Amino acid sequence: MKLSREQVLHIAELAKLGLTEEETERFTEQLSAILDYAEMLNRLDTSAIPPTAQAISQRNVTRPDEVRGSLPPEEILANAPRREGNYFQVEAILEE
Amino acid sequence: MELYELTIHEAQRLLRAREVSSVEITRAVLRRMEVVDGRVRAYLRTMPDAALGCAEVADCKRAQGDDAPLLGIPLAIKDILCTKGVETTCGSRILKGFIPPFEATAVAKLRAAGMILLGKTNTDEFAMGSSTENSGYFTTHNPWDLSRVPGGSSGGSAAAVAADECLGALGSDTGGSVRQPAAFCGVAGLKPTYGRVSRYGLVAFASSLDQVGPLGKDVTDCALLLGIIAGHDPQDSTTADLPVPDYLAALRPDVAGMRLGVPKEYFVEGMQPEVEQAVHAALDVYRGLGAEIVEVSMPHTEYALPVYYLLAPAEASANLARYDGVRYGYSQPDPRDIWDTYRRTRQDGFGPEVKRRIMLGTYALSAGYYDAYYLKAQKVRTLIKQDFDRAYERCQALIVPTAPTTAFRIGEKSDDPLQMYLSDIFTLSLNLAGVCGISIPCGFADGLPIGLQVLGNAYDEATILRVAYAYEQATDWHLRKPPI
Repeated sequence: MKLSREQVLHIAELAKLGLTEEETERFTEQLSAILDYAEMLNRLDTSAIPPTAQAISQRNVTRPDEVRGSLPPEEILANAPRREGNYFQVEAILEE
Repeated sequence: MELYELTIHEAQRLLRAREVSSVEITRAVLRRMEVVDGRVRAYLRTMPDAALGCAEVADCKRAQGDDAPLLGIPLAIKDILCTKGVETTCGSRILKGFIPPFEATAVAKLRAAGMILLGKTNTDEFAMGSSTENSGYFTTHNPWDLSRVPGGSSGGSAAAVAADECLGALGSDTGGSVRQPAAFCGVAGLKPTYGRVSRYGLVAFASSLDQVGPLGKDVTDCALLLGIIAGHDPQDSTTADLPVPDYLAALRPDVAGMRLGVPKEYFVEGMQPEVEQAVHAALDVYRGLGAEIVEVSMPHTEYALPVYYLLAPAEASANLARYDGVRYGYSQPDPRDIWDTYRRTRQDGFGPEVKRRIMLGTYALSAGYYDAYYLKAQKVRTLIKQDFDRAYERCQALIVPTAPTTAFRIGEKSDDPLQMYLSDIFTLSLNLAGVCGISIPCGFADGLPIGLQVLGNAYDEATILRVAYAYEQATDWHLRKPPI
């Protein structure tokens, strides 16, 4: 599966991953090689096989809807790169 | 014997008999770290003063009658597990300086049992790798040959155990990351059944595959650590609400009459001949102990690699979306706008392997490709699980090699991602099937350790520990030490 440069740039944008020109070229090649290898899965007929998301799983794990303790704001904000009061500070999300 | 050479169970015995103090053991291990870690580089950070302080407290507690199982025992924790108040980077620059405000359940359980934290060990970035060369900080060196990798991603933990820089350690295993470095470093490493140990506080790589696992100098230590970290956790809804057996009681060196399966698909071309020979020799040891060796077939084994390298990156692409420079870790200091924050924080903060896997995973999940890649891989995952189910109808445990080769040289595979991925062919299926396995040493080739896996059915850690223990006690590989 040969990826195009446009596809690689599109994927990078979906993942919000900035790439250098060099990375874009290198990843185009490497990802294509890995996806080529993955083509071998098409040798298998899986039309009647259900997918497995978790091989060993629990089902519908619930707990009573009670308020329980959480972390105090100071602790949660302690690692914030930029903060203002009890808020994480970021650039504007909504433009004018 | 030096105090730093002790196993956890030996140290326990000496501490209980008051023949040695925790301060003496901890001091000996810390000194050992000073002597060798400059060359091995197992640790990302150490806390010698805190550790000695804890050792003093442990000795006091013991004098007052406290007898917790790990009281005064110094251990190492892979830097992928959150330690409250102690920097946790996951081997990544994007989490440099991150101090978790909470503790991973597995770590909390070890602490409650009295352990002393020596430090955080090196790891491939976000546990993505098979050599610890993908750490954003530096590479760890194999104590058996410093020019070689310790394996990965729990290379730091494996090297620390092998070099006696701790009495035992925790690692994590998503595609083999406890077992393969254990094999490369000549120690024991166990991946529990998915859901046996809480993942709370284990920084997520692939949520349906990740498990925390112990690394120890022998099978007994693995059993001991597993017994402490295993159990249901309300903070991880994927944990099983099942009682934890007494794994130490299960350690009887008795496999007479047991059926041990050998899947023929695990003996492939390109395997190092000495590895194949060592595994065959181990099968003879098992026969000598009275076990019956049964050939089984697991026809979808070769598909584990493409399945894993679609599913794991897909899950990782979702799990690593949180590293965006907003709440913790590195943040691009001079962004134009919010998108720039995200893009450049992630560009600067992540290493190439992490980026590669995020890209691969994003692609596999994206519109138009989800069915062909992600869904297809999930269906083949079902076939791989069925292979295990069918095999376990005919035997109680499987015996397979851990890795196709012994430890390769640093730099040898880092240019070719696919080559690197191939070193995991014998470990990946286990995570896809969710069942348990342990790697133990079974020989040497040119002075480098060879590992053997005992694979078991879901929640049957007691059986794999027993089968591994029987082999270990009939041999002496676990007593060998690296020449460092």
